[in-house]
Amino acid sequence: MTDLFKLADVTFNSRLIIGTGKYRSHQEMQAAHTASGAEMVTVAVNRVPLDRATESFLDYLNPQMRILPNTAGCFDAEHAIRTARLAREALETDWIKLEVIGDKITLLPDNEQTLEAARVLVKEGFIVLPYFSDDLIMAKKLLDIGCPAVMPLAAPIGSGLGIQNPANLKIMREQLPDAVIIVDAGVGVPSDAAIAMELGADAILMNTAIAESKDSAQMAKAMNYAVQAGRLAYLSGRMSKRLYASASSPIEGAIK
Amino acid sequence: MTSDKFMKVYINGEIREIVGEVNLIELLKNFSLPHERVAVELNKEVVRKKDWENILVKDADKIEIVHFVGGG
Repeated sequence: MTDLFKLADVTFNSRLIIGTGKYRSHQEMQAAHTASGAEMVTVAVNRVPLDRATESFLDYLNPQMRILPNTAGCFDAEHAIRTARLAREALETDWIKLEVIGDKITLLPDNEQTLEAARVLVKEGFIVLPYFSDDLIMAKKLLDIGCPAVMPLAAPIGSGLGIQNPANLKIMREQLPDAVIIVDAGVGVPSDAAIAMELGADAILMNTAIAESKDSAQMAKAMNYAVQAGRLAYLSGRMSKRLYASASSPIEGAIK
Repeated sequence: MTSDKFMKVYINGEIREIVGEVNLIELLKNFSLPHERVAVELNKEVVRKKDWENILVKDADKIEIVHFVGGG
């Protein structure tokens, strides 16, 4: 079965997007990336350290992978916009994962600033992929201004708490049947990823769940399977829940 | 001579002294900073790479030079 993931004008085979942070070594990251089957990875924009030699982190990424820069570490629209422009200049890509954080403890998004930044960046021709709270109304606003996808969180960044509000994701899916929804942040284990996909997410973006596992390459593989399993389950349509049992084997005709 | 004057500029938030007329390419070179897959912002405006050699650094300029690191 061909079930491709279309995002903006690009088509992906994999519905898993993964990060490049927190790995214990570049080699471990590379192994995890390969095992994940992901075709797009996120990177952060950061000041070049002065007075010491630096190597290019990008050299450690599989050149086949699409690079999605983010605006992590930005706490208002202005910084996020400036960061996106810098990323575009350095990487020659219009794609940006827009992340405007509201507070350092929770890393929850500042939706108001995110919307403001998205509006400016879309006008400047960016492909804006915004991280935001799992809120239908916010999703509608982001789509209305021209974001090609929305990226609701499932739980705080790096928390691994799993899908905290499945109803919100389900409502978003049902009310926005044509929108590209990427669950970004909060997945801890493959079952979380599968649940998000079963609820109708089009893809999942994760970092910590893979990077902080003991065997990140193996976990990346597990996440790859989980995303695929959840997607197939969503397309298959789940059985209805019922309160009482429904025998799979015939009751009538059993020997007495 | 104006070309020998000292200037103080802010590079990535740190104060640095430079002497004489320096364009952005020379600035990167002087501080051993990479030229590839980096971006430069001068007083909050991105400077296209093709313009680096034409832009001279001025006193009190705020320059941000960024590259890419691991992130989610």
